Amino acid sequence: MKAPLLEVDDVVRTYKGSFLSRRRVAAVDGVSLSLETGQPEIFTIVGESGSGKTTLARMILGMVSPSAGAIRFQGVDLFALRSRRARLRFMKQVQPVFQNPFEAFNPMKRVDRYLFATARRMAGLRHAATIADAADDALKSVGLSLAEVRGRFPHELSGGQLQRVAIARALISKPALLVADEPVSMIDASLRASIVNLLRDLRDRMGVSIIYITHDLATAYYISDRILIMQRGRAVETGDARAVLDNPQHPYSRLLKASVLSPDVPSTPGARLRTGQQTQQGVLPHA
Amino acid sequence: MSGQLPGPVLAVSGLQAYYRTAAFGVKREVRAVDNVSFAIEANEIYGLAGESSSGKTTLIKTIANAIQPPLQVLGGSVMLDLSGRRLDIHAIDARELAAIRWKHLSYIMQGSMNVLNPVRRVRHSFVDFAFRHIGTPMPQFLQLVRDHLQRLHLTPDVLEAYPHQLSGGMRQRVTIALATVCRPELIIADEPTTALDVVVQKSVLAMIHEIQRELRSSILFVTHDMSVHANLSDRLGIMYAGRLVEEGRTADVFRQPRHPYTAHLIASLPRMGDAAAKQGLAGAPPNLADPPPGCRFHPRCPRASDICRQQTPIMQWHTPSHRAACFHPVGEPAA
Amino acid sequence: MGRTLIDLLRFNRQFATGLALLVVVTAFASLSFFSPYAPNDSYVVPPDLPPDWSYPMGTTSRGQDLLWLLSFAIRNTLLFGIAVATLSRLLALLIGLVAGYCGGLIDRALMSLNDSFIVIPLFPILVLFYFVMRDRMSWGLLALMMACLGWAYDARLIRSVAMSLRTREFTETGIFSGMSMRQILVEEHLPYVLPIVFSTTMNNINWSIGLEVTLSVLGFTDINTPTIGVLIYWANQHTALVSGIWWWIFFPVLLVVMTFIGLFLLAVSMNEYIDPRSRLGRTGP
Repeated sequence: MKAPLLEVDDVVRTYKGSFLSRRRVAAVDGVSLSLETGQPEIFTIVGESGSGKTTLARMILGMVSPSAGAIRFQGVDLFALRSRRARLRFMKQVQPVFQNPFEAFNPMKRVDRYLFATARRMAGLRHAATIADAADDALKSVGLSLAEVRGRFPHELSGGQLQRVAIARALISKPALLVADEPVSMIDASLRASIVNLLRDLRDRMGVSIIYITHDLATAYYISDRILIMQRGRAVETGDARAVLDNPQHPYSRLLKASVLSPDVPSTPGARLRTGQQTQQGVLPHA
Repeated sequence: MSGQLPGPVLAVSGLQAYYRTAAFGVKREVRAVDNVSFAIEANEIYGLAGESSSGKTTLIKTIANAIQPPLQVLGGSVMLDLSGRRLDIHAIDARELAAIRWKHLSYIMQGSMNVLNPVRRVRHSFVDFAFRHIGTPMPQFLQLVRDHLQRLHLTPDVLEAYPHQLSGGMRQRVTIALATVCRPELIIADEPTTALDVVVQKSVLAMIHEIQRELRSSILFVTHDMSVHANLSDRLGIMYAGRLVEEGRTADVFRQPRHPYTAHLIASLPRMGDAAAKQGLAGAPPNLADPPPGCRFHPRCPRASDICRQQTPIMQWHTPSHRAACFHPVGEPAA
Repeated sequence: MGRTLIDLLRFNRQFATGLALLVVVTAFASLSFFSPYAPNDSYVVPPDLPPDWSYPMGTTSRGQDLLWLLSFAIRNTLLFGIAVATLSRLLALLIGLVAGYCGGLIDRALMSLNDSFIVIPLFPILVLFYFVMRDRMSWGLLALMMACLGWAYDARLIRSVAMSLRTREFTETGIFSGMSMRQILVEEHLPYVLPIVFSTTMNNINWSIGLEVTLSVLGFTDINTPTIGVLIYWANQHTALVSGIWWWIFFPVLLVVMTFIGLFLLAVSMNEYIDPRSRLGRTGP
């Protein structure tokens, strides 16, 4: 039996509370999930702010270590890796796509630099020609080309184009897993669909599994295979994406679904906004 | 005031506002708002939709007269009609502006912390902004504020809290209460719910809807989120690359968009329960420092023809309330 | 780069003034290569002559033509200042960038080292150094010593920039592109750190020249090589001001003040241009 591609095993991540308090805040509080090798899928993690989804993503990428529990990639515990070479081997297989493409690239440097660096270091290519070819291939698979991108600075490209370049860079080392943290939330609505379609395409054509983190249930419905809904660090519901979203069981999942506004005009203006008007408390207790 | 037909609360006419920079010998002119005209009637929510670099943020700054260099108003006018008094917001002096701000024209911004003083209790923000406009002694003023909060389903205890003690959604609700306490005729809301979680967003939008119906104020609601417009705005204006390209009643714009950009935008929105493939829009919004000639959408438009590349389309009325600026609107045969 | 300098020259009066001052000072320093006299010769011209056409800056009580002597002095002083600044920048960059990037124990260790150096009282140590070295004292050694004392404050500044850069997403992109720490520090972070480095370089040159002048005037350096401070030292030894030989003090002071002001103006005016935020503001969408 092949080891699962990714195994997140009851992972916990706590942070100390505010300076004087002794309480610890659990950003992630016992989450488990697993992706199989050889079965590319789009696994979506849905949550609002404070749900811990970004912390979980950073743990899967190896950027943050869990306080308890384990994360295993292809059977190997991520945080037992010590040597730079082992870490590089891992990074070849697991690549990130960040939320803000303008932050993901150094505004003072040209973007092709990262493509070439990835080709050289991650894919181990040597000659300038093969490096350029690898970059061009990756860019073509996201609908761009090296000619369009060569020599450009981030501000010379649109958000949609830049995010595609980021995805292309992540694909150069032919990873098995992409971890995309809110990849379209900062992209204009008219450009979003093509990026989301691209992710689907990567799963189907290139066999890449994708962990897709979002707060937007509508895009989650559109592309996910499986889904995990997080609230305050805990997983409240998980399963087949369409099944969960068509028929949520947990009260929080139901609340989320009910709060999503659909882009359809109701017959009476404002009809779908009414949720009941209890007096709002909302004053937080002092930490 | 009696016997007069109420005119539009806000009438923007031919407005042109550019950013002009000349740093180190390089002159740049970013045509952020290019000949925009529209009007907002009393007692309506007018939604303004547009993506990044559509010019909607600049438009708001210009309407609110928050103009700092390098932004310059090159032409057009912004006329306000407040309780029968008509004035040109760029022509009045600072004192008059201070007198109408908050009492007749208020704002709800994206970041509540841009409005609430972080080192003072919420009560002080109300006093700072609204006390002088209400004109009653302090005890009556505070009672009026408490009543207002209760009508908005907020507990009066929030007055004694510091902003950081409240959650993001709560702060935004307080900001809305603050913007409406003087019962202004026009409220400008700039992405007020964009930074909020989905659950909180819905209740904040409900609050905005309810207060508008009660005060019968007009709201200029600016957001890129089309789902919000579908559920809140009475009329909708679509901006693209510094120009207004379509405007009409929300239901009409959604069900029968005329401008190809609007049509494509609405078709590409994902919906819960709908797994059909969506098409994205090719290309990218133009650089406003060097926009394409003619219609600014033509490089990305599937219906573009020669005339689109050469001439700027003007607004045409398709129904008495629905207009679009396009040579080949959707629903008519393409060239 | 050339075009930006020309732009600065045309549009920024501070830059133009600063550059003009420095050009004058440097031109004067380069006169030293044409001097008919060796720097340490004395009694080659009649002493104590006030400025006039044959001796534009007058002569000293030791029979030296002040013009040529001063050209050597300012040259040595400038070279000294630049040497100290360069060495200490390298140290500050190395320690600041590594501490900011690595964090944890390495950061803690380097910063403890850093803070120890900050609290060292400079002046007594340098005086002590002089008394220990005495005849073996040389300018190179002094420059090295001052560089070792002058990096600490700026290293902390650089570290704080490096720390904030570490958390930015493009650093993560660099890491996931396989870039090594060295590559990230030099290619990604250095451009952000440069404005600090540049303005602190100007300050550092001013600081080191000031300290050198102070030490020399008091006689705590090698007084046989002419520098501005040494010049003033000898002037004091010969009680120049009391004797009415004002030009011996006036001209060195004038030159060093011009240097200070020129460097300061350059630093201030170039900063606005090099700062990445204002640079990005100008390139824009």
